[in-house]
Amino acid sequence: MTTRLSAQDVTLSYGDRVVSTRLSLDVPDGAFTAVVGPNGCGKSTLLRAFVRLLKPGEGTVSLDSRSVSDLPAKALARELAFLPQDPLAPEGITVRQLVARGRYPHQSLLALWTTADEQAVAEAMVTAEVEDFADRPVAELSGGQRQRVWVAMVLAQDTPYLLLDEPTSFLDITHQYRLLALLSRLRDEGRTVIAVLHDINQACRYADHLVAMKEGRIAAEGTAADVVDAALIKDVFDLPSVIVADPVSGTPMVVPE
Amino acid sequence: MTDTQRHDTQRQETQRSDTRETPESTLLRRTSAVRVPVRGRAWFVERRTITLVVGCVVAMLALGFVGLSYGTSWATPGEVFGALTGLEPSVVIAEWRAPRVVAGMLFGAALGVAGAIFQNLTRNPMGSPDIIGLDAGAYTGALLVMTVFAGASTTVAFGAVAGGLVTAALVYSLSRSNGLSGMRLVVIGIAVNAMVTALNNWLVLRAELEVAMAAVGWNSGSLNGIDWEDLLVPFTVIALLLAVIGLRASALQQSALGDSIAVSTGVPLERQRLLMVLVGVGCTATVTAVAGPVMFVALAAPQIGRRLAKAPGVPLLPAALTGAVLLQLADLIAQMLLAPVSLPVGVVTTAIGGGYLIWLLAQEVRRR
Ligand SMILES: Nc1ncnc2c1ncn2[C@@H]1O[C@H](COP(=O)(O)OP(=O)(O)OP(=O)(O)O)[C@@H](O)[C@H]1O
Ligand SMILES: [Mg+2]
Repeated sequence: MTTRLSAQDVTLSYGDRVVSTRLSLDVPDGAFTAVVGPNGCGKSTLLRAFVRLLKPGEGTVSLDSRSVSDLPAKALARELAFLPQDPLAPEGITVRQLVARGRYPHQSLLALWTTADEQAVAEAMVTAEVEDFADRPVAELSGGQRQRVWVAMVLAQDTPYLLLDEPTSFLDITHQYRLLALLSRLRDEGRTVIAVLHDINQACRYADHLVAMKEGRIAAEGTAADVVDAALIKDVFDLPSVIVADPVSGTPMVVPE
Repeated sequence: MTDTQRHDTQRQETQRSDTRETPESTLLRRTSAVRVPVRGRAWFVERRTITLVVGCVVAMLALGFVGLSYGTSWATPGEVFGALTGLEPSVVIAEWRAPRVVAGMLFGAALGVAGAIFQNLTRNPMGSPDIIGLDAGAYTGALLVMTVFAGASTTVAFGAVAGGLVTAALVYSLSRSNGLSGMRLVVIGIAVNAMVTALNNWLVLRAELEVAMAAVGWNSGSLNGIDWEDLLVPFTVIALLLAVIGLRASALQQSALGDSIAVSTGVPLERQRLLMVLVGVGCTATVTAVAGPVMFVALAAPQIGRRLAKAPGVPLLPAALTGAVLLQLADLIAQMLLAPVSLPVGVVTTAIGGGYLIWLLAQEVRRR
């Protein structure tokens, strides 16, 4: 397993409120990493540290053993794309315009809009299944449609890394599985996916690497088959459960008692 | 990346775009935008934006022409053209009316841009510099320099900039409590504006008579009696500020996607914010130093421009154009309303803008 992106002994806090102390995580290249854990345990905070939205008080987040804080903003944005939990759509923006904003790190004053940009936007809209409402204002879409538009924007950014904070929220069950299948496909094409997922069974089924967090710490990490057992679920989620094999994929499936 | 590698990727890209005539390419066809090719790449300009630019330029020229003709006696179009081309020199048109027309345009644009900048920063249509007290603060700075230090016009300008920055810092620090909320900043800004305006009135009252006379005419913002000499420095400063923010316009648009996406798509947010505050305050203060606090152009122009351009967010160019037209129009009304007495233009913008603000507040209340 190789690792380009990693956090080493990072301490993450908002002002006086310390979320994580001395946390380390190596993100395996070309794999689908799922982060799970109860509300408020610091999953979003960890992702925010990777994309430099939060500077670690101690420790470093590094890409190719260079600290991400040393990289130029756009250079980092061509490596890591991030979908936050609460993105903000400017008033009156259409789907196509919003997806095109994903191309920002590829542009500069001299490098204007190119065919490659066009292509990336069009492909992202097809992949995220938003082309049917490409010219509608984002504000007029349903929550799930809007979520797919944001996924399209992140895809248009065309980066080797995709960091997604609860990408399946608002999606109906079909689109949840479609998105997870899409992420697996992107992983197969060589991208690295890191997603915060709330459905532990989906995480077990799709993730190559599962990271279970509790109170800012990593309680366990590894393949789902290796780490998920009743004791872990009791420890992390405080939920008594029985673990059975998923009848379709054979991966662990958590059934609450 | 070596040169050969770069060539390879380029070739791949062209191949990719050449061989693909999939349904996707129909998605590429943008009916609402015009493609401006630049060295093999392209700028896309929305049709609405072009229409707006043309419309505003025509309006500015027409209003400018009326402004040049209007005075105690109307000048004929022939006289105006004669004065402009220098064939038939006219001091009244070239030295008295022309600077006023140009000031209306440029100051209007500066105020519009300042408004758009702060509405973007606060993510609130009411978060414009005039509402949150920056005009008043800049005016305090100017008044202090004039009354206490008896400064000349360049020092007055510095005083205005300092006053604007101090007020901005004050509003910012008062409204910062774990994170920044636009609405909170606006409400605190309105309170700061009221206090600073009271301070300004007190400063005028206790000033020497001559200074006070000058200041009162200026109190509500006025273009009366502006000549070319007053304009040279402000024009240079404003042109510079507009050029700087123009270069960062795409980053400003990108910031409208929220802090998280702005940063993760490569906007250096802290630097960008600092630049926006400096340019916004700089524009406001420069106009205030020359014309006094002209209220409501910064509030209304960006929102009107946004609707006319049907553009997402609060873009700069429509704000600048609308601001220019708005201030020119207001200044003409100010001159004509009680002719031969010329009103301060701020009285007109306040009357129009006040109504707009009430409507905006009602909307905001309804939204909650
Ligand atoms: N901007 C902030 N300021 C202060 N504290 C914060 C901030 N954002 C998050 N926190 C705190 O940090 C802790 C971790 O939050 P985080 O958002 O990382 O949780 P999470 O694991 O993503 O939870 P969820 O599953 O609900 O999204 C929480 O206790 C939260 O209250
Ligand atoms: Mg979260």
